[in-house]
Formats: sequence, C-alpha cells, structure tokens
Amino acid sequence: MIEIRFHGRGGQGAVTAAQILATSAFYDGKYSQGFPFFGVERRGAPVMAFTRIDDKKIILRSQIYNPDYVVVQDAGLLSAVNVVEGLKKDGTVVVNTTEEDMDLGFKTYTIDATGIALDILGVPIVNTTMLGAFIGATDIVSIDSVKKAILNTFKGKLGEKNAKAAEVAYNTIKNKE
Amino acid sequence: MEKIDIITGTTAAAMAAKLSNVEVIAAYPITPQSHCVEALAKYVADGELDAEFVKVESEHSAMATCIGASATGVRTFTATASQGLALMHEMLYIASGMRLPIVMLNTNRALSAPINIWCDQQDSIAERDSGWIQIYAEDNQETLDSVVQAFKIAEDEEVLLPVMVNIDGFILTHTVEPVAIPDEEKVREYLGIYEPKHAYLDPDRPITQGPVGVPECYMETRKDLNDAIEGSREVIKRVNEEYYKLFNRKYGNGLVEGYNLEDADTVLVAMGSVCGTIKYVINELKEKGKNVGLLRIRTYRPFPKEDVVEMLKDANNVAVLDKNISLGFNMGALGIDVSSVLKNKKVCNYIVGLGGRDITPQDIEEIISHVEGAKDGETKWINLKE
Amino acid sequence: MVTIAAIIYEPGSTNKNKTGSWRTFRPILDNKKCIKCENCYIFCPEGTIYEDKNGDFKINYDYCKGCLICVNECPVNALTSTREEK
Repeated sequence: MIEIRFHGRGGQGAVTAAQILATSAFYDGKYSQGFPFFGVERRGAPVMAFTRIDDKKIILRSQIYNPDYVVVQDAGLLSAVNVVEGLKKDGTVVVNTTEEDMDLGFKTYTIDATGIALDILGVPIVNTTMLGAFIGATDIVSIDSVKKAILNTFKGKLGEKNAKAAEVAYNTIKNKE
Repeated sequence: MEKIDIITGTTAAAMAAKLSNVEVIAAYPITPQSHCVEALAKYVADGELDAEFVKVESEHSAMATCIGASATGVRTFTATASQGLALMHEMLYIASGMRLPIVMLNTNRALSAPINIWCDQQDSIAERDSGWIQIYAEDNQETLDSVVQAFKIAEDEEVLLPVMVNIDGFILTHTVEPVAIPDEEKVREYLGIYEPKHAYLDPDRPITQGPVGVPECYMETRKDLNDAIEGSREVIKRVNEEYYKLFNRKYGNGLVEGYNLEDADTVLVAMGSVCGTIKYVINELKEKGKNVGLLRIRTYRPFPKEDVVEMLKDANNVAVLDKNISLGFNMGALGIDVSSVLKNKKVCNYIVGLGGRDITPQDIEEIISHVEGAKDGETKWINLKE
Repeated sequence: MVTIAAIIYEPGSTNKNKTGSWRTFRPILDNKKCIKCENCYIFCPEGTIYEDKNGDFKINYDYCKGCLICVNECPVNALTSTREEK
C-alpha cells in the first residue's frame, strides 16, 4: 500500500488533489482512497489531505502518519509545519518552490508550480500542477490517468487548462532528470 | 450495467436514493448537513430525478415534512447529522409510531458541547429507542447498498418502520473510494413502487393517521411496534440474501458480520468504519500467527441478540468498542447491550474515537492486548491524552 | 384489536360519540324570530347548527354540547336557553 500526504493551504485544493490522485489510481486499475485531514478548515490555514493506493481493497480507515510521499503545495508551509513528519526513511518530497535545490533530509524534488499555474491557468492554484510534478517524480500512477481524472473533475476549458498544467509540470520534472 | 465510480459516502447515499426513485426529499441545508442532500437537490434541479425537494427551516421540520409526505403514501428520504438528528428527536418517534417507512442517512457526528462536527456515534445512539431500524455501514459501497436495502426493509408489509442508515462522519462522508453503482432500472425493478396499504392519502377513502392513543390502546400500539421491529430481523436477513442474488454483494447475514471468528479466543465487537481498521489489524496479526476475530454489528436495532450469543460462544475475551458513552454508566451503548446478552463471559468495553479522535491500528492492538489481561467488566478509554 | 399505528380506517367515527348528553342547558331557536343572519351557524364550535331544506336553521341535539355561544351571538334573541331535564 502506498500512502501520500498533501500539504497545502485552505482553498488551494489539496483535498481535490488527493481525490484526483485517488481517481487516477482507480483508472489505472488500482484500489484507492482520497480524504482530507479531519480538522478545522479555514481559508489560508495549513491543511492536509491524503491518498492511499493499493492493489487490493483498502480497509484501513485511520489517517496517515507514515506516508511514503509528501507533496508540499506551498513552500511557505515549510516554516510553519514539519512537512516530513513521519515520512518513511526512503520517502520522497515534492515541493512547490522557486528554489532549484532543497535539503529536507529526504529525496526532494522542487518545481516552480506557481509559475506554471500562473502561466497556464492565470491563477496561483497549484493543486493540479503539483499533481503533474508529483507523478513526474514518482510515476505511481500514469499521467494519462491523471489528465483523465482532472478532465472529469473540472468541466470544459477549466479541465483542459488544468490537465495542460499537470502535463507541463510532469514534463518539467522528467526533463530535470 | 453496473458501473464503478470513485465517490464519497454521502454521494453514494444520494445515488442510492436516486436509484431508489424517491419521490419526496425534505432537508435543512446547513451545517451539520452533508453533501448528500446537496447532491439530491442537484439531481432534482437537473431533471435526473423526478422528486419533490422541500427546503425546510429546521431538521424538526424536515422530519415533519417527511412524515407528512410518507403518510400520503410516497417514498421519502432525508439526511442529517448530529445536532440535526437531535433536533429531529420528537419527530423520529412520530415517524415510527405512525409506521412510516422513511429512509434517512445519518452521518455520525458528535454532539455539542463543546462544539464538535467530527465523527462519533453518540447522535444515533441517542435515538436508539425511537423505533427506527438502525444500520451502520462500514464503507461507501455498503452505504449505497444499505440505502437501497433500507427501502426494501422499511416498506416490507411485515415491517413498515423507518430506517436510519448510519455512516461515520468524515471517515466515510469525506473519503472518495471506488463504489459499484447498480443499474438504475434493476434497482427500480427490485424495489418496485411504494404502494402502502396501511397509510396513504386518498380522498375517496379517507382515513385518520396519528390519532389520540388513549390508555386503552396506547400500550397495544407500542407492543405492535416492538413486535414489528423484533420481526424485522428476518426481513433484514432475507433482503440481504435477495440483494446478494441480484447485485452480488452481501453483508454478513444482514444483522452481523463475522470476520476470522474461527478459533479466535479474543474477539472485538464494533460498528461502522472502524471495523475496516480492525480487519486490517486482524490480517496483520494473522500473518504473525495470532488469531483475533471481529463481530461487526451491522444492524444495531433490532439488536441481533441470538447472533451475538451464537457467534461469540467460543470467545473468551470479548472487547466491545463504542464511539459513544452512556454518561453515568461509564460504558458505551454497545458494551452495555453485549454485556446484557452474554452470560458468564469476560466482556470489556473500550471508549474510542469520540469527537473525531482518530482510531489507529496501534489503538486496536492496545485493545487486544488489554482485553487479554483484563478482568470482566472493565471499561477503558483509548488514546486519551494525559 | 388495535389497528396498525392506531390508524382509523372508517371515516366519521367521531359521529359515534354523541355529545348531546353533555348539555346542562339546551339552546332553543325560535324560527319565527330568526332573521337568518347565520351568526349561530358560524359561531357554533361543534358545527351542530344547520340549514334545513326549507331554509330554516336547526340545532342537532345529538351533538350540541350546550355551550350557548349561539344564544350569546344571536342579535335578535331568537335563541334562548332552558335547563335540560335529565
């Protein structure tokens, strides 16, 4: 079973990202769960969301404390939240930042998701962009499934733009490697 | 054709109500309401569901409207949670007393004070004696299936009682996971049209519903009501089997589900989504060579007394988990019920997950190791901060 | 034998309960004085005053409880009361 934790701010779509990832895994023929941290939801406040992916039906219902992967949608959270708390030793972090390198004590990928989102979506909502980057870094689901899940989540032009943002971020990470 | 979609528990319930072709939905759309009626409002607005959606000014009115609608003889549905259910309290007794087969989704959430919108089962437990059949689903698939089954059970002429399908707030209501959605035509054919013989509105055949029940007849109607809910066990079991034949999914015998009970000296008893986590721990322990069982109570009212006795007959350590607390008894409702039907057996009670406190596999392991060394009748609050 | 939910399937069962015997005073309507203003008919809380086929108002003594509201409301004193002899 793979467990992923998303860190974001209320209103940035971390929960939607977790759900889109769960849907993508489902399109890949896997079982999945996507859910928010069950806490207080406030716009702008640090929030978390989770995804579980497995080859068999997922019956575990607790929150995630030892994720395999962490996605940080806003580098500003790094000073407020210990984003790598409980992360497995060989875990991976993907951070939205303009910095090229970052040492969080774990294998870390960086991407300027805000730049990509502003460029393609025109707004600094980075959830789909970060999802593309995350898949570029980890390949835990196929980018085609992610795009399909995005198109099914956001209708019409909005969906197309978000799918494009995910793909650009995906390729940006792939080209770095 | 059945299709699989990845949806939340509340969406699953809304889809089930739509598949069941409900005719009237009444709801009060404010916190602590869930997405369920929001989804249903959209189905109605988009013309996907031909139902009357009544926006009311409180949950008390929501249930009152459901009672009025159901009394005219139409299939009726609503959804609520925590304080909303508490506000319905008075009307719940009227719905069951008038023998109206209303189906309601309750998303289990704590009761204030302090203010808390998160999961526990105190809300529905507080309505235990209201004459409503109570089903607790473990996952989103069971949520959908249980809502459809609930109409079949409620409208059965042997039963004619309202049914409350309970799902854990957030844990199921806000989690997306794959759910098989049965074919609409097939569900509608299975349920048929609700055509009550006992309670209906027909100007050509006027009747009086909800009359005064004087001391000369009130007690008899209460006995009738009790006989109906007692008798509903067989109907719930039958519906579970019928549903399995048609849709290929069943939940234990409809009342209880045993998991790894054979040769299990220690058995946990629980309701709702925590049963998934318990099964997860049981599987892990089994790999390490330790055998622990689970008895999941799916139908809490009517209480499956005989099944509990029969399925726990070989267990020596019974640990009952409760997401509620009977204040002044230091036990949860399920713990009290299980203790009352099991004679000469060690039963311990564990208060868990109140107000959204997460229940982890470690908590379950702690319960297992505690009950094995505990004395009969102990109550322990789990994962309580110092 | 109580019906399910004590539902009453036979309409008008209240009519079996003849409340006329409750009266202490009996209202008496003098049709010669009556101007057919319908005040008694409107104010009777039990609906026991009715208009017969000749257009005269009558009191149904099977159900009249003797509250005498009609007597109070009659503007021309066509309604009077007398002690019920039991």
